[in-house]
Amino acid sequence: MKKRRNDVILILCILAAAALLWCAFALFSGDGAYVQVTVNGEEYGQYSLYEDRTVQIAAGTGENTLRIEDGRAYMETADCPDLLCVRQGGIEKSGESIVCLPHRVVVTVYGGEESSGDAVSR
Amino acid sequence: MTYGLMTAAAIVLGYIEAQIPYFFTVPGVKLGLANSVAVFALYRLSAAGAAAVSAVRVLAAGLLFTSPFTMLFSAAGAAVSLCVMILLKKSGRFSPVGVSAAGGAAHNLGQIAVAALVMESGGVYWFFPVLCLSGVAAGVIIGIIAGMLVKRIKIAQI
Repeated sequence: MKKRRNDVILILCILAAAALLWCAFALFSGDGAYVQVTVNGEEYGQYSLYEDRTVQIAAGTGENTLRIEDGRAYMETADCPDLLCVRQGGIEKSGESIVCLPHRVVVTVYGGEESSGDAVSR
Repeated sequence: MTYGLMTAAAIVLGYIEAQIPYFFTVPGVKLGLANSVAVFALYRLSAAGAAAVSAVRVLAAGLLFTSPFTMLFSAAGAAVSLCVMILLKKSGRFSPVGVSAAGGAAHNLGQIAVAALVMESGGVYWFFPVLCLSGVAAGVIIGIIAGMLVKRIKIAQI
């Protein structure tokens, strides 16, 4: 019984550490510079977060509309059945991503110092 | 013979796990069925025995089912996880569930560290809190399974 209590304490400690880390990342992680869109694991394009634009992503199985506005990227519309990607909301910090599983579309924010210079839009 | 049997069981479990499709978007979120054998070995054999079984398992499963690249990830995860589990077990304060839960989180920590090195990007650290959570969850399940095994299976002296 004592071991069980220790187990619970240990697990809670690990979870608390994870939660703390999450907060730390959210506070300190840099704003993203550009998003990379991949379809089926292959790169579809990179778009700077600094200019507002709308990107039509033609995945083989459907279409997603990505909107970039005020340094944030979000999925505006999609013709997938679940619309999880649309409901997820905006991403802006480097490392964050939006995933549309039905269309195998992944939008990931990259940022930071080293790569901001060569963010290409096409 | 015990070692061979356990290693074989671990490899088969690894294979079964590879057949389960995962719909999580974060890479690395998985159950880690093969780790139940590592936890079992830790309790029923010894720390060295568990390390040996894990090492052979990672090598064999890596060669059979995945790429050398993936093998690197699982090796790092298994090594870190084992170290943590051995220490916690030695302390004598935790049941297999607690040991395995910490091992699961440590496993993912090891993998993330390798991923950060390989991809030369700090971005993967974003995954850590999520992987920590999933590692603990998977570890608890694996710990319960391993605990049952430890209770029911005695190793005959050969």
